[in-house]
Amino acid sequence: MNLKRTAVAAAVLSAVVLSGCSSTGSDGGSAAASCAPAEGKVDLSFTSWIPGIEEVVDVWNKENPDIQVKVQTGPNGNSGTYQNFFNQLKAGNAPDLGQIEYDALPNFRVQNGLMDLGACDEVMAAKDDFVDWTWGQVSLGESDSVYAVPQDSGPMAMFYRADLFEQNGIAIPTTWAEYKEAAKQVRATGAYITNFSQGDINQFAGLVWQAGGSWFKNDGSDWTVDLTDPASKQVADYWQDLIDEDLVSTVPTWTTEWDNAYNSSAAWTWNSAVWGANSIASGAPDTAGKWAVAKAPQWKAGDSAAGNWGGSSTAVFTGSEHPYEAAKFALWLNTSDEALTMLNKSANIYPATKEGLNLPVLKEGVDFYGGQPIYDVFAEASSEVSEDFAWGPTMTQTYNDVSDGFKAAVSGNGTLLDALTKGQSATIDALKAQSIPVKE
Amino acid sequence: MTAILSTGRGPQESRLSRAGALIVMLVFTLYFLIPIWWLFIASTKSSSQFSNTAPLWFADFNLFENVGQLVAYRDGVYLKWMLNSVLYAGLGALLGTLFAAMCGYALAKYRFPGRDLIFNVVLGGVLVPATALALPLFLIFSQVGLTNTFWAVFLPSLVSPFGVYLTRIFAASSVPEELLEASRLDGAGEVRTFFTISVRLMFPALVTVFLFQFVAIWNNFFLPLIMLRDEALFPVTLGLYSWNSQVNQIPELRLYVLVGAFLSIIPLVITFLLLQRFWRSGLGAGAVK
Repeated sequence: MNLKRTAVAAAVLSAVVLSGCSSTGSDGGSAAASCAPAEGKVDLSFTSWIPGIEEVVDVWNKENPDIQVKVQTGPNGNSGTYQNFFNQLKAGNAPDLGQIEYDALPNFRVQNGLMDLGACDEVMAAKDDFVDWTWGQVSLGESDSVYAVPQDSGPMAMFYRADLFEQNGIAIPTTWAEYKEAAKQVRATGAYITNFSQGDINQFAGLVWQAGGSWFKNDGSDWTVDLTDPASKQVADYWQDLIDEDLVSTVPTWTTEWDNAYNSSAAWTWNSAVWGANSIASGAPDTAGKWAVAKAPQWKAGDSAAGNWGGSSTAVFTGSEHPYEAAKFALWLNTSDEALTMLNKSANIYPATKEGLNLPVLKEGVDFYGGQPIYDVFAEASSEVSEDFAWGPTMTQTYNDVSDGFKAAVSGNGTLLDALTKGQSATIDALKAQSIPVKE
Repeated sequence: MTAILSTGRGPQESRLSRAGALIVMLVFTLYFLIPIWWLFIASTKSSSQFSNTAPLWFADFNLFENVGQLVAYRDGVYLKWMLNSVLYAGLGALLGTLFAAMCGYALAKYRFPGRDLIFNVVLGGVLVPATALALPLFLIFSQVGLTNTFWAVFLPSLVSPFGVYLTRIFAASSVPEELLEASRLDGAGEVRTFFTISVRLMFPALVTVFLFQFVAIWNNFFLPLIMLRDEALFPVTLGLYSWNSQVNQIPELRLYVLVGAFLSIIPLVITFLLLQRFWRSGLGAGAVK
């Protein structure tokens, strides 16, 4: 009886959904529109979740009375804003511009949600202003197209407790082999050299990126998924080894437990992105002044490769009536010194432009790191990030599958490599389920 | 003395089972209260003490400084969210209760064709989770341009199928036909009868419906998440959630989320305490009948 009613209700519901879609959808797709200035005053809407973005947009609005931007904020992308973007695209009322992280761009691209800004000369001309690999992240491997303007980047380096390494006479590791040796010495003191992040796959992806791997490729029509290429295998085996020998802790990241491990000197290093500087400073306030930053350990001595963790872009959605003005605003937001300085102050945004890496704020010494000008290390790392790493169109699913496997591996069921292998086949299934062509 | 008491109070329970019941109650009381206690303790700590002091006991008492910081952050956007929540939940529950009462009363007291069908459809509505309706509502509201407005959250809050169900049962049992007959003979119209006589008789049930609806709207999260873009329209649940999603980038938000969450349960507690006595008599009256 109850079942029957639910079924009726469900049928009514789906009818509503279908009629809602059919009347408005299916006008996206033709992305490569023209990019010409409009006549008269233009109003744009922009959704972002950067704290303090309002003040930055205010500056633009004052200087550009003819292009007024209304900014809307909400939870970060994966916490609901991406889903909202997709709903809005379906309903035909998406904003003109939106913040999208690099790893989510391919998903919007395959759903025809993004305007190709390749027709906007000013955007194409700005290519050389951006750090090379960030442009690869937004052009998605197509030479005449670009689907967003890079905003920030997360080049990785090694945060370490300078005082503890010195007191115990342990050398700062420069290669991953030395890192393992150091891990043994640190373990002998009762602490751990670092914590392996079991839930947050992005750090692992950054390490694979550094090792020269690439999880996805798109040749224009087909996708290739390769979560188990030699580089990924190497990284997975390395960390599996550290876990097996109890040389790293495995507490869940971003918890008080995790903060506490760093605050109480139970963990000595963190291989993280530039924005991690702030995470440590706020999570481990008692250790102020004792930290330092060094280049990430290398696989081969003398190499210099860096990984990347995070970063986002400003995209223009299909359906925007003013791509020219939207692109103009996106360029200003992500290249002008004024905007970049404000974004860095309010939300620690680390610029994606070559010029932006030399902002005066990024040249200063940081007290928490014993006065070391740490951003110099990250600026160098940024120039060493490979351009080849690409994301797939179903990253949320890939992350979930791999992180389930990682959690199991940490508790002794299977290995990290098993998790990647499973994630690989689950990803291929997910792509096929969405009728996205995959090469196996 | 004890013999008299025990004979006067029905079957005597063994000491063992009484102790057992007490332990079970104690365990559950702790289970429900500890998170609230933890939240209170956490909101009194400074952010540096938060991670390295005992989670269930006080460190320095910083509650008032914390509240001050929270209220000052971003020009007091938190207060705006609280006000929005009070508006959505208070006004929504009030009107929702009124509509549910009218509907339930009509279903109980009038005979008209399709009465059972309407009631069954309403009953079906109880079974459909509000979350499942959010996306279709978004697509419909998009067509009429109502997304990202006060109405997008307020209008769907006015509907309470469970309220209709409850008021119907209650009206059927607690509003005597004879009274309605008498009032009609005295010349009162149906509307006047409803508001002057029936509503008073149904009051305990209405308080219950109001309370349920108030809590449901206050805790509603998914609908505002889908509908609203403008921070100034957020209810407190969505506001705190969006802060919490940025804790990685802006770690000081963690403190604001904790203090904000603690403050946000206070209106619920107040509402419960104020309405509790009606609520109890309401449930009791319904049960006896």
